[in-house]
Amino acid sequence: MSVEPLIIEGGRIVDPSSNRDEVGDLFLRDGVVSTPFARDKARVIDAKGKVVSPGLVDIHVHFREPGQTHKEDVGSGTRAAAAGGFTTVVCMPNTSPPCDNPATIRYINNAIAENAVVKVHTTGCLTKGMEGDSLAPIGSLKKAGVVAVTDDGRCVQNNALMRQVATYSEMFDLPVMDHCQDTSLTEGSVMHEGDWSLRLGLKGWPAAAEDIIVSRNIILSELTRAHIHMQHVSSAGSVSLLRRAKQRGVAVSGEASPHHISLTDKYLGGYDPVFKMNPPLRSEDHRLALIEGLRDGTLDCIATDHAPHRNYEKDVELDSAPFGITGLETSLPVCLETLHRSSGFSLSEVIDLMTRKPAGLLDLQAGTLSEGADADVTIFDSEKEWTPTIDGFQSRSDNSPWLGQTLRGQVETTIVQGRIVYEDGKIL
Amino acid sequence: MKSEYEWTRRNLIGIENLTPEEVTFILDTAVSFKKTMGRSVKKLPSLRGKVVANLFLEPSTRTRVAFEVAANRLSADVLTVSGSSSSITKGETLRDTAQNIEALKADMIVIRHSAPGSPLYLSQLVDIPVVNAGDGAHEHPTQALLDCFTLREKIGSLEGKKVAILGDILFSRVARSNIWALRKLGAHVTLVGPSTLVPGTFESMGAEVSHDLRSALTDADAVMLLRIQHERQSQMHFPSLGEYTSLFGLNRERTSWLKPEAVIMHPGPLNRGVEIDSDLADSSRSVILDQVTNGIAVRMAVLYLCASADEWQKREAVL
Ligand SMILES: [Zn+2]
Repeated sequence: MSVEPLIIEGGRIVDPSSNRDEVGDLFLRDGVVSTPFARDKARVIDAKGKVVSPGLVDIHVHFREPGQTHKEDVGSGTRAAAAGGFTTVVCMPNTSPPCDNPATIRYINNAIAENAVVKVHTTGCLTKGMEGDSLAPIGSLKKAGVVAVTDDGRCVQNNALMRQVATYSEMFDLPVMDHCQDTSLTEGSVMHEGDWSLRLGLKGWPAAAEDIIVSRNIILSELTRAHIHMQHVSSAGSVSLLRRAKQRGVAVSGEASPHHISLTDKYLGGYDPVFKMNPPLRSEDHRLALIEGLRDGTLDCIATDHAPHRNYEKDVELDSAPFGITGLETSLPVCLETLHRSSGFSLSEVIDLMTRKPAGLLDLQAGTLSEGADADVTIFDSEKEWTPTIDGFQSRSDNSPWLGQTLRGQVETTIVQGRIVYEDGKIL
Repeated sequence: MKSEYEWTRRNLIGIENLTPEEVTFILDTAVSFKKTMGRSVKKLPSLRGKVVANLFLEPSTRTRVAFEVAANRLSADVLTVSGSSSSITKGETLRDTAQNIEALKADMIVIRHSAPGSPLYLSQLVDIPVVNAGDGAHEHPTQALLDCFTLREKIGSLEGKKVAILGDILFSRVARSNIWALRKLGAHVTLVGPSTLVPGTFESMGAEVSHDLRSALTDADAVMLLRIQHERQSQMHFPSLGEYTSLFGLNRERTSWLKPEAVIMHPGPLNRGVEIDSDLADSSRSVILDQVTNGIAVRMAVLYLCASADEWQKREAVL
């Protein structure tokens, strides 16, 4: 591979995978992290005062291709990832048609080969058509290259089928990721069930709807020995169930999203659909429990659940608005604010949750600056203030609660396999 | 209609954000309007030349007619857009409908919608006053105002009075608006009904929650009944209308627990024999028909005040 050798000079190199947090130079050659080489042979990037970290990893994004490319596609989604400092992402299979067959995976892999500016891994469905009735061809999906299986956006309600899913996936060593939602408790629900839903007259979504499925999954993981990963954990109950399960060695894991750790249901007080998500923003006690879960390792990583919708789709009464927000371009500053500046996490701990740990969950070759690893690097200014605007977003959608808000921490350069893909606000 | 008090709101979205003074001011204004209703010539010129659009996207004959009568009494022209005839059912968004109504040069919109928050959303889309005539399970501010108006008329100041609200609280916008209004006027509010329809979380709104009808009604100055809609609540919230009535239906015997001068209210339409014994609904304790009449005066006051605030603000903006 012929890419220009790069020396990133004088930055604070934070690489949790090698316990590294020091000011120094980083050498990239032939697409990998290399031993030092002569300065005159390379382009030099001045990183003084900046943080140099492994490229960020997000195991939960929606790129809407195929089927809803008016919202996003692999090209725009990966540009948003690059702008947010992500070099590896895992896209969800709830496309249209859904990824319940190898042909759709091949179609997406073509789009990735042609249009992606960062690395993209695919996932396959648990059930045919995501209908929750019968097993998807999980073995063929594995052959087509998926790194996990999930019906994200939906949740298998039939416990016997979920048991088979877990047993069958375990045979292929494929992690099962689950969107935990007992739908009998959430019919018509639009926000967290609590004081705010009561006051606003909106149908509440009890935390119990998540806790019940998390309990079910823990029990099934114990029974089948399958790795079951709980997506976008939002409740205190889920955190405490996971904590106890992990203590006795059950193969379960969990992720938290930037919005669930930073926002609460009170933001729905003005009925603004930009705050409508699935699972819903919960109350302060739940939010704090998620942060504690990240602190003690009960929750394994940060994942954005980047869920683009066009602004006209959200410009309706709250009841009719779609769920979800875009997240890739604001994740790093939001996590720095919530975890590092407000909750005492070290910079290295925050980066760990966004690099080594998510990569490890799905066994991805990413999230490290050790020698010989792919030269995936993010350079950011952890203090720089900026304001997201519609025009400034790389994503095709702008359903972000942080539009117009001042954020602290900005990505300056994103490097994928030694190639600069994003620099000074522009995709290269 | 002049007072030293300055009314500044051009929208009435809910009771929650009103100050106690604002609630009282609307009720006082409605008192003046009610006086005019006894005259032989009932029309006032206050809104002459103005168009009030009644946007009723969820059916409600009673509230729609009450707003129409109120607007007519103020000499406004009324334009009614109802759910079945509206193009909203054909996929037009609330934004489109609102802009069309504005383009028709309406001066105010009264909206009834099944989605909570839609009046607030509408008020952000248009540059004319918006009055909430009921949004899902959120608020029904003019109903609460007419209820408080009626109570003040019948039992005097609400300060320290005990009011029981009985029935389906969970799904009721009337209950929510009344909790806010009664609390702001100093009343003690007890919510009563089965635990599935009266969850304890309502205490966060400053009300007491009870599942014991006797203790809730004892020494109450008024009881507000809410309509039970068994069809909507299917079998999930209580087993049968018969069981509901046997536990929470209002009858002569249970009425004796109230204070002797206490009144019985109901926003209508009544399920006779379910929430209340039929003859009790027609008795002298019942003020159900007074509520209907007072609804006109209160809605006249609301339309008048919001239109005046709008006119005043637009004039200020020009100067
Ligand atoms: Zn999901």
